[in-house]
Amino acid sequence: MNVAVWQKLDQMARAITPFGLSLFLVILSVVPTHIPGYAQIAPILALVSIYHWAIYRPNLLPLFAVFLLGLLQDLLMGTPVGLYILVFLTVYGIVLSQRRFFAGKSFTVCWFGFAVISLVASVESWLLASAWNLALMDINAVTFQYLLSLGIFPIVAWIFLRWQQAFLQQD
Amino acid sequence: MEQRPSALLRIAAPLKSLVQRFMYLGLIAAAFGLMLLGKVDAVLVDRVRAEVTDAFAPILEAISKPIATVSKGVQNFQELAVIRDENAKLKQQNARLIQWQTVARKLQSENAALQQLLGVVHDKSAKYVSARVIAGSGGAFSNMLIVNAGLNNGVHKGHAVVSDRGIIGRVSQVSNRSARVLLLTDINSRVPVLIESNRTRAIMAGGNTSRTKLIHLPPGARVTPSDRIVTSGHGGAFPPGLPVGVVASVTDGGINVQLFADYSRLEYVRIADFGLNGLVDMSVQRSSAKNKVGGKTRKK
Repeated sequence: MNVAVWQKLDQMARAITPFGLSLFLVILSVVPTHIPGYAQIAPILALVSIYHWAIYRPNLLPLFAVFLLGLLQDLLMGTPVGLYILVFLTVYGIVLSQRRFFAGKSFTVCWFGFAVISLVASVESWLLASAWNLALMDINAVTFQYLLSLGIFPIVAWIFLRWQQAFLQQD
Repeated sequence: MEQRPSALLRIAAPLKSLVQRFMYLGLIAAAFGLMLLGKVDAVLVDRVRAEVTDAFAPILEAISKPIATVSKGVQNFQELAVIRDENAKLKQQNARLIQWQTVARKLQSENAALQQLLGVVHDKSAKYVSARVIAGSGGAFSNMLIVNAGLNNGVHKGHAVVSDRGIIGRVSQVSNRSARVLLLTDINSRVPVLIESNRTRAIMAGGNTSRTKLIHLPPGARVTPSDRIVTSGHGGAFPPGLPVGVVASVTDGGINVQLFADYSRLEYVRIADFGLNGLVDMSVQRSSAKNKVGGKTRKK
């Protein structure tokens, strides 16, 4: 009985980690790095997380969790509330609809997929921010933000894959 | 027994996907709704933002400390390499500054004497609160930072935020333990400024890039690169004479200003209460949206 309770708790703790890691990335993306010029083009780290878990464990990162992550990203970053909610939901929606394509594909294909989907996300965020401010936003910042997030993808995704192998194997 | 679950699944699976699709569309609609709400009732959204930021302030503070330490270490290491050059440069600068000091002392005493003769009314002296930057120093779509001082420390909306080199922005939202600073580079930032040499008034507008622009100059105004820009004090948001930046380029596209403050290196900032309340008048705040207030500074 007691063992069963502990097992259940253990499973729950493991199941909650995709959301927890995403939440951590949201917070990490707003912490000042003191690198000159980095802040303007700081990548949205949670995008990698949402992409990754939508491919491998969408049941552990449900829709409303994605919504919450977007909301928190907006509130902390100071972007118009709703902007990153829409971006995250778009990425999640696209990946889920194309899940069959991603199943069992190699890491490079996943990276390529991320390049395409995060391009959509960048353009969407730029359009939304421009519409909100009724002024065209600086396109350079978004471009470099996109390139930087492409470069960061393998690092974050590799950590997530390791995490998945270590803690989320049984389900 | 084999039949039942599969039969159930046959109905349940499409039903589930239908519900999920509705939920997806519902959440998208909710996000659009939130965006509209932010436009319609900026004050409410700001308050929610301030409260959430306050709740996350301790976590941000904890994470930002080790990162600041690491970056400081890296910086120390980089500075080691150029220490000789730096030393030579500083010696030269010091010699120049000593000359300036003599001039400044003379001018200061002269100024004080003249002011006494004329009976000049002095501005109130400022009260300062020092705070640590715990989050953000801008992004592609927003240029703001969060500091770990709030209402509990006497920080209020509209206070000027300065670094060692000059003004960096003003407090746009405040809650008990944290405050959000709207940087001069933000697209919503408008600051009344003066060109120091010829006292030409202008408005400095941010554009979410690292440089800001001068707008609304009087016709025939003369601006040349390397002119110093200071706050003008109009509108009662900032006191006059705070250093802002220098004119970097004058082109047909506009007049670009290079700010003195280096946002990426900010670790501590000073929040100054100059006893001015030009921007924090709540009646003004309510009548126009939050992001427009900076532009239409009113004199009371």
